[in-house]
Amino acid sequence: MAKYIVSRIGQTVIVIILVTLLTFVLINIAPGDPAQVMLAKRADEATIARVRAELGLDQPYHVQYLRFLNGLLHGDFGNSYFQKEPVLRIVVRAMKITLRLGALALLLSVGIGLLNGTLAAVFRGKWVDRFLMFLAMIGVSAPVFWLAVILQLFLGLHFKLLPISGQEAPGWMIMPVICLGVSHGASSARLVRTNMIEALNQDYVRTARSKGLSEVVVVGKHVLKNAGISIVTLVGMQLRSMISGAMVVETVFGLRGLGSVSYNAVTARDIPLIQGCVLYTAIVYVIINLVIDLIYGVLDPRVRLA
Amino acid sequence: MASSIRECVWRKEEGMKKKRVWFKRRYAALHDLGISTEDLQSRTLYQDAWKRLKKNKVAMVSLGAIIIIAIIAIFAPLIAPYSPYETDPFNNLQPPSAEHWCGTDNLGRDILSRIIYGARVSLLVGIVCELIAVPIGIIMGSIAGYYGGIADMVISRIIEVLGSFPFIIFAICVMFILGTGIMNVFIALGVIGWLGHARQIRAAVIQLKSQDFVEAAKASGASDFSIIFRHLLPNCLSTVIVIATIDIPSDIMFEATLSFMGLGIQPPQPSWGSMINEARAFLRQVPTYSIFPGIAIMILVLAFNTLGDGLRDALDPKLKNL
Repeated sequence: MAKYIVSRIGQTVIVIILVTLLTFVLINIAPGDPAQVMLAKRADEATIARVRAELGLDQPYHVQYLRFLNGLLHGDFGNSYFQKEPVLRIVVRAMKITLRLGALALLLSVGIGLLNGTLAAVFRGKWVDRFLMFLAMIGVSAPVFWLAVILQLFLGLHFKLLPISGQEAPGWMIMPVICLGVSHGASSARLVRTNMIEALNQDYVRTARSKGLSEVVVVGKHVLKNAGISIVTLVGMQLRSMISGAMVVETVFGLRGLGSVSYNAVTARDIPLIQGCVLYTAIVYVIINLVIDLIYGVLDPRVRLA
Repeated sequence: MASSIRECVWRKEEGMKKKRVWFKRRYAALHDLGISTEDLQSRTLYQDAWKRLKKNKVAMVSLGAIIIIAIIAIFAPLIAPYSPYETDPFNNLQPPSAEHWCGTDNLGRDILSRIIYGARVSLLVGIVCELIAVPIGIIMGSIAGYYGGIADMVISRIIEVLGSFPFIIFAICVMFILGTGIMNVFIALGVIGWLGHARQIRAAVIQLKSQDFVEAAKASGASDFSIIFRHLLPNCLSTVIVIATIDIPSDIMFEATLSFMGLGIQPPQPSWGSMINEARAFLRQVPTYSIFPGIAIMILVLAFNTLGDGLRDALDPKLKNL
């Protein structure tokens, strides 16, 4: 187990170093001189040269990269060109909103997935199953941003139940969470159903039934417990796609999360901020992956021995 | 070595001749018993799969829907009632009517016509992205799986690094560097799209390469290239077909998402995603404007998803009924 953890952490460190390299290259091959972008059109040659020297842009690339890495190790992502604020502070503030949205939506989606997937598996082939899986298929096929617009239309404009956008009015989080949770819940339901059907066909289920246990106990106690690893898989898969999903949903509901921050950074060509967003998200993502893999290793010995 | 290969071929042909004679006798015997030989005709894996797919009504309906949408997209100029770019300021933001079945947008353009032209973008994105992603995925996946060792480590790390960016962030980077537009959507989706393919093909190749027929091919002096392309890949072809079909709807969805965020297809070119984005400003006046393009996305994605499920069941009957 220790060997597995060490090797997995080692891999993660390599991946993070490569991610920083990739981010650095990406930003440097982007068209436009950062100093010029920052100063807009009003600067003369001398000022541009001075700012370039200040930012260290006149140094060779490997020196720039090492400086960049050094800054990262000290938690310094640089300053935003336009917002005159450390990038890290902006990104962390935005990430908090995105992660909060993602976490709440994850709870909702796992709940929806477990409930519907289990029901569909238990009533496999009956109309309950067909109906739930039809709903799930629609949920999987409807774009999440469209779902957001439709929710705004009905819950916001038509019935005036919830605020349409912004993060000031009470209940601003409800609609984004419903939107993201329902959309991801549909794909979870399909996955849970597949895993539950597999678990329902096992011998121990037959044994439990032949002991005369009621169906509720059989499913609730024996099947669900053994489908546990699939729930970890489910949460892991959802977490990964949840970040992308949250970023899209945010832009629809006008939340100042990572999605809108990075989108605005791109349109303003605010290079340190883009770098910060990309890097920070990638690191969070890689660490989530690491944690999921470690949990797998604990739950399933086959993973860590492979 | 060459002579041994020739011998191998000769043996194989001899063996097939014997087999043919044996089959003829068997068929004759069965014929005498009054059993039709048609039931015993040998069929390939794909004929079998097609037969199973034909029985799957839902998958066939989806296939039909995709073909109809493709025909509509190809013959859009003949089918669309209006030009997708023709503005009519006096008839803007109309609800659905007999003249404009889906209403008109803020510039008075016919929404139905724009949806019909938008089908071109969505289908093109789905097809072109898979045309980019599948070959890269096959090459990378089979190299990693077949050679193992350093090649596997390098390719696996590349996959892991590229996969460690949430898709939207990566797409935003690509759009930042290259600018928006349909070509750059292809690039962004192609660069990310092969990762999943490579991972699956790598796994399939690793599983296959320890099998006897690969050993036999190696023993008879086949080159690595011919082992990969003539022995391993034909055996993962069904996996490739299924993952390509399952990925098309997610490509379509990603394009719509990017266009919705203003990073993909640029107006005035009609795309379903950007139409929904434009419609957001007029939610109050004409709610139908935002509803119709979304339904279009949903139908196309649903059709590809169910066809993908059907293909998986047909090509891999073990998974069926799960």
